[in-house]
Amino acid sequence: MESTSEFLNIKDVNTSFKIKGKYYDAISHINLEVHHDEILAIVGESGCGKSTLATTIMGLHDPAETKITGEIDFEGTNLLSLDEKGYNQFRGAKIGMIFQDPLSALNPLKRIEDQIQEVMDYHTNLTAEQKHDRVLELLKDVGIVNPKRTAHQFPHELSGGMRQRVIIAIAIACKPDLIIADEPTTALDVTIQAQILDVLRDIQKENHAGIILITHDLGVVAETADRVAVMYAGQIVELGSAEQIFNTPKHPYTRSLLRSMPQRDNENDDLYVIKGNVPSLQKMPHTGDRFAPRIPWVKSSSHETNPIMHEIESGHSVRCTCYKDFEFPDQGGQRA
Amino acid sequence: MWKTILRRILIMIPEIIILSILVFLLAKAMPGDPFTGSINPKADPAQIHHLMKINGLYDPWYQQYWNWVVHLFHGNLGNSYQYQEPVTRLISGRAVNTLWLALFTTVLTYCFALPMGMYAAKHEGKLPDSIIRIYTYVTYCIPFFVILVIGIWIFGYVLGWFPTTGSVSSTANPGFPTIASRLYHILLPGILGALFGTVNIVQYLRSEVIDAKGSDYVRTARSKGVPEKDIYRHHIFRNSLLPIAAFAGYSITGLLNGSLFTETVFSYPGMGLLFINSISYRDYTVITALVLIYGILNLLGTLLSDIILSIVDPRIRIQ
Repeated sequence: MESTSEFLNIKDVNTSFKIKGKYYDAISHINLEVHHDEILAIVGESGCGKSTLATTIMGLHDPAETKITGEIDFEGTNLLSLDEKGYNQFRGAKIGMIFQDPLSALNPLKRIEDQIQEVMDYHTNLTAEQKHDRVLELLKDVGIVNPKRTAHQFPHELSGGMRQRVIIAIAIACKPDLIIADEPTTALDVTIQAQILDVLRDIQKENHAGIILITHDLGVVAETADRVAVMYAGQIVELGSAEQIFNTPKHPYTRSLLRSMPQRDNENDDLYVIKGNVPSLQKMPHTGDRFAPRIPWVKSSSHETNPIMHEIESGHSVRCTCYKDFEFPDQGGQRA
Repeated sequence: MWKTILRRILIMIPEIIILSILVFLLAKAMPGDPFTGSINPKADPAQIHHLMKINGLYDPWYQQYWNWVVHLFHGNLGNSYQYQEPVTRLISGRAVNTLWLALFTTVLTYCFALPMGMYAAKHEGKLPDSIIRIYTYVTYCIPFFVILVIGIWIFGYVLGWFPTTGSVSSTANPGFPTIASRLYHILLPGILGALFGTVNIVQYLRSEVIDAKGSDYVRTARSKGVPEKDIYRHHIFRNSLLPIAAFAGYSITGLLNGSLFTETVFSYPGMGLLFINSISYRDYTVITALVLIYGILNLLGTLLSDIILSIVDPRIRIQ
């Protein structure tokens, strides 16, 4: 699904956290754009900066502990130049966020209705009655069977799946152009996952929103995403359409990730394991390919000293040149 | 919610019965008798023996207990041996004084503690937070009676701003001047009590607010575009008050017990002072009545706390 209407343009964004008085990059030089009517998936293993990117777009970092540079152009406004008050005009109204853990993301002392209504209190001029109707409508939209009853309940009376639906209802209450879903299905069981993803897709069709879907579940990505950005150690290492990423993955990390996913044709083999860990913030190398230490069999001369993104076909780009020489050790004849 | 309250009240009945037996036996177990010191020291032991007998003090304990309970239900707690007046009247007279002081102290305590806790948490790790933390540690470490004595010395004696004894000036005219005089008398003990009773509330509130600030539901509220001020008002403050609400009821009735220290140091004629005096005079009837009242007040305090909690926290209501 190609669309020209890009409305979110992330340009060279760096977010660094203060640890013991020094700043360390959590994400570096991120360039991304999001279009209407598309689902952009951001994948990568834990600690690679996916959630940091999401919270950076939402402006949820404590300015005293974080340093953010670059530009996030949202419909003509640079979000990073806004103050709290300015940001609040966008948060909830034009950007909605869905959080990872539905069990703790709702205020335990407030009724569902009040929590959904709150977002409308700040961004709409609806009357109390209109808001009430909208709450019921939203709850119905996200697939809650008895909206009237649920609206009156407290979070602890709902199941995890229902709470996640409520959180989605909050995120979409003001029909935002951008929805950021940070691992929306991680805490849920598989059947509920599928339902939640359906809800997200339906909502998107209705509102022509762009969705950033953050996940480490490649199955979810294959099912829903239009485009995919693969992140490793705070950088985007590969970016392309879902077909490009799944059918012709280039970057060693993408290929390793895909190989570590259980598939029908390798069900009798051991799953591939990427050796090592994502480096911690303090130990992040500043030059060279950050993935190099985890594929030690690749000649160091294949890596660029300062890896950049190379566009290899329309809409598909890869960081570093090492992908040209990359082969899995067991496929090159020797078993790792 | 009424179910919760009703169930809690039913649980209290056996508690009160056990409490009353314990209280009665403990008072009986105290050494000494109510007459030896209070009449002529050269009095004939036989005469004391006779007094003990007509007051029923040689009966078996269960009979004495039963007599006591029967009288209790008639509102008759006996006569004070020391003051020669009905215990009920004696205590109700003192209870009013204690009530005034307790109410004033409680209100002041919360007035001091809530803003302090909130402010410390809002400025976590910064100078105001450190100052408040040092303040709570200091007040927690210094024994309360030392503070009271120093307070009396500075504000009552050196500066002479406040009266140092009693609950009301004997020369005050009835009506408004009496009320003003009462207020004047509880000002210093109340303020000192409040200033030094804040530590629990401040520390609880501070850590709760800091927890809430980083909680997921607050992040959700931020992502809704709720301004910081309203986040504190609607999300952080109420949620952080839960543990404080949990001991609010207890602290209100706890104060009704009368602060032994405050009342003794200020010679303030409340229940605490009465209690101390009664113990030194072996005034059994007063002691048993007071301890029983204290016990019941504590039970009521926990009841009140449970009720408050069930109002503020929907999660613990019985369906």
